[in-house]
Amino acid sequence: MKRRTLLAATAAAALPATGFAQAKTKIVWWHAMGGALGEEVNRIAKEFNAAQAEVEVDAVFKGTYPETLTAAIAAWRAGQAPHIVQMFEVGTGSMLAAGPAVKQVWQLSQETGIEFDPKAYLGGVRGYYSLPDGRLASLPFNSSTSVMWYNKDAFEKAGLDPEKPPVTWNDVIAACRALKAKAATPIPMGSAWPIWIQFEQYAAMHDLPFATKSNGFEGLDTELKVNTPPFVKQMQRLLDMSKEGLFKYAGRDNAADAIFPSGEAAIGFNSSAARASIARDAKFRWAAALLPTDPEVNPKPINSIIGGASLWTMTTPNRTPAEYKACAQFLKFIGRADNDAVWHQKTGYVPVTLAGYELSKQQGYYQKVVGTDLPIIQLTRGEVTANSRGFRLGRMAELRNIFSEELEKALQGQQGAQAALDAVVSRGNRVLREFEKATKG
Amino acid sequence: MERRTIFGGWALPAAFVLPQLLLTVFFFLWPAGEAIYGSLTRQDAFGLKTQFIGFENFVDLFEDPLYVESLWRTVYFCAAVSLLSMSVALLLAVFADREIAGRGFYRTMLIWPYAIAPAVAAVLWILLLHPQIGMVAHGLKAIGVVWDYKINGGQAMLVVILASAWKQVSYNFIFFLAGLQSIPRSVIEAARMDGARGWRRFRTIIFPLLAPTTFFLLVVNLVYSAFDTFGTIQALTQGGPGKSTETLVVKVYRDGVVNLDLGGSSAQSVVLMVGIVVLTVVQFRFLGKRDKT
Repeated sequence: MKRRTLLAATAAAALPATGFAQAKTKIVWWHAMGGALGEEVNRIAKEFNAAQAEVEVDAVFKGTYPETLTAAIAAWRAGQAPHIVQMFEVGTGSMLAAGPAVKQVWQLSQETGIEFDPKAYLGGVRGYYSLPDGRLASLPFNSSTSVMWYNKDAFEKAGLDPEKPPVTWNDVIAACRALKAKAATPIPMGSAWPIWIQFEQYAAMHDLPFATKSNGFEGLDTELKVNTPPFVKQMQRLLDMSKEGLFKYAGRDNAADAIFPSGEAAIGFNSSAARASIARDAKFRWAAALLPTDPEVNPKPINSIIGGASLWTMTTPNRTPAEYKACAQFLKFIGRADNDAVWHQKTGYVPVTLAGYELSKQQGYYQKVVGTDLPIIQLTRGEVTANSRGFRLGRMAELRNIFSEELEKALQGQQGAQAALDAVVSRGNRVLREFEKATKG
Repeated sequence: MERRTIFGGWALPAAFVLPQLLLTVFFFLWPAGEAIYGSLTRQDAFGLKTQFIGFENFVDLFEDPLYVESLWRTVYFCAAVSLLSMSVALLLAVFADREIAGRGFYRTMLIWPYAIAPAVAAVLWILLLHPQIGMVAHGLKAIGVVWDYKINGGQAMLVVILASAWKQVSYNFIFFLAGLQSIPRSVIEAARMDGARGWRRFRTIIFPLLAPTTFFLLVVNLVYSAFDTFGTIQALTQGGPGKSTETLVVKVYRDGVVNLDLGGSSAQSVVLMVGIVVLTVVQFRFLGKRDKT
């Protein structure tokens, strides 16, 4: 089955716009959703194909997010770009700089006459994927935010109230000490996506600038600001917790995914979209809680930011208006409230449209599956500021790697918190300058 | 003794060499040319704007302390992998080069790892050494070793060296065994009659006579550990923790494919290309000379 899809995709990519006058307009959608999520993506494509007669969407799995980005760029350079590509949020800066390689949503709307209303989308989601003036650049698709998952059984064993998850970082440390004292789990705390969750989210929620120029939204000449005292405090906290045996670093990105569902760690930071796999794998009672905050840094925490991906329409020299129209129709279909709600409820991603959220409420989903609106509550807490809108930094995946490397060195005791963050800033700024030079040309 | 085929025209011989030439052009000259061109430019990921910047990428490279660190790390890694895999292979070959029961089976088993894809080899080692699920890791923890190569750079280096060396032992074994078998029995018999015992025979007769094989393998192993270990390292550590296992090829991949800095990454490839050319020249000159004498 998969092979057939691949063959079809290759054929579609190799022979665009040939074929039969009466045939459906075929569009290719590259995505990075494997496993259960991939099946959901295929379901969407199938339902769209069944719902109308003019357009046929072919969903093709292209590997991880970075692999999909690389594949899309290589394909565009060869004149073989897919019609639609799913691009992770940190690739947004690169895609915005891609000029003629992409057709932004507002352009697509202008050319095809199919309207997309930016206001239909949740603020935190919309901000990440639109231009400074509010025009939509890419279509929000799968968005999550991070939450703190905790093991209720382990909390009980450690004499903690399983219905009262820790709220502040001091609470977290106290809980971890209790968990360690009673050896409730082998490790008290672990974290997937350490940079995204422990630093990027931390910056947004505490209203701290991660980089100058509104985190890069207002100019390519942005510079990292992560070596200020609040960040040093956070880094020091993680280093101290690691030293005390309260926190265990288990690798970059999603390398630590399994550390919570396996029962290894009692507190596991991860994306809210980890719900499906936790529900499948965890052999204990669990729940999600808001990310902890530090009242000394900011007593009134605001919204967290999203992670996930959006859909970009790409160009090739011989792409026809009919094909762009088909793209717009498909994007419109994805943004429909009912489809958004189904996607949200099946995957654990948050609804990206307000209507999808309302529909889920009406359907009584949040009463049925308690806790599933927690990520939305966290995403919509307080007023969005320049520091909590998201990030618009070029080569952001590389910046995250640099951050990981310096964190890893600090965890090994090779450098202190301040030195590590100073290194992130100086190395990161060099990358930002390179991106600026390459983009300005 | 010389055999020559005389062709009437040039068309037929040209047709014979053409496939080879095409392969060389498409799979070597063209990409290498692109790399050299790319190394002199700064371009954005999509190739929309390409500026010619001369040798700026190279200057940046050698001024970057991280690149120089990576260079030394690669030297260390290559030396360790070559030494380990060659000495283990030599030991095994010496023991296999005698009449023992079931030696066909024994040899086949030894050659097997060579056929394993780097990523698969890496997975095998992960299953052994992973700090949470690895069998060997559990054993190490039981005897009190704090084992976690995910945050301990030294241990991570050890892991990638072991995995890379293990894969290359088979190859070295085949060559060492062939080398051993080509040593005239009479020489060894003569030594034996003179009263030279095992170790002395090995040190004064066998090892010197194996020198051409050893040298050839040294070059091959250096090239292998510098270039072909990418899959193993990528699957095991992705160059981390920190940068403790980021060798030059891993860095080329990281900068080019992940970070999309095509100019900088091309410059690194060109440096590597120069390295491999030097190694090849050394090998040809040295081995060529030996053959003539």
